[in-house]
Amino acid sequence: MAEKEKMTLILFSGEMDKALAAFNIAVGGASSGMDVTIFFTFWGLNVIKKNEGSIKSKGIMRNMLNFMNRGGAKRLPLSKFHMMGVGKAMMQRLMKDINFPQVDELIKLAKELDVKFIACTTTIGMMGITKDAFIPEVDSFAGVATYIAEASKSKISLFI
Amino acid sequence: MKADVTVDCLGLYCPMPIVHTAKKIKEMQPGQVLEVVADDEGIKVDMPNWAKMTGNEFLGIEEEGKKLHVFVKKAQS
Repeated sequence: MAEKEKMTLILFSGEMDKALAAFNIAVGGASSGMDVTIFFTFWGLNVIKKNEGSIKSKGIMRNMLNFMNRGGAKRLPLSKFHMMGVGKAMMQRLMKDINFPQVDELIKLAKELDVKFIACTTTIGMMGITKDAFIPEVDSFAGVATYIAEASKSKISLFI
Repeated sequence: MKADVTVDCLGLYCPMPIVHTAKKIKEMQPGQVLEVVADDEGIKVDMPNWAKMTGNEFLGIEEEGKKLHVFVKKAQS
């Protein structure tokens, strides 16, 4: 077959439902023979933060932000009907009923299918997060030029 | 229809049947037929599109009530 077609996703949002949509499209694309890259930026970085340990940063504002914006695939709220976690728990129950994978399982599946994860260094710098706050599945840390280079060759490019 | 390999996707929804199909096809030999057993209706439209996208051959669907038997032939690479 010819060279693989490309797909580039920007995951800007840090909510569980939006992450599910992004990973659904990513694993679908990878399963259809595409080269898929996900750029995680701003709140989207929460999806690829480790679930364990605390986020270390310097300065009171950054510490406050990172305390309130802890992140981790298992901590993502719902964008609608989160209801202090009650709505999320119900949604997860419904997902389980149809054997739908949770975000952390989709991350594993995406990596099995060679989906590339790139984390935005600008947000990381602004929020004062260190690289060790992220899961090892992250392939690289980069900026907009890398996104442009990838997206300009992509048939599908989405901002979620 | 006769298949060389079968994959059970009963109770699974999009994108999981496609993910399992892609994984299985990868392990198979060109010309072999894969049977995907599923009950998510979306696969009726999804599988022909997946086949078009990946260059494999969609052979058809046999419906057995809600159970769908979907057949795909792996392309010569």
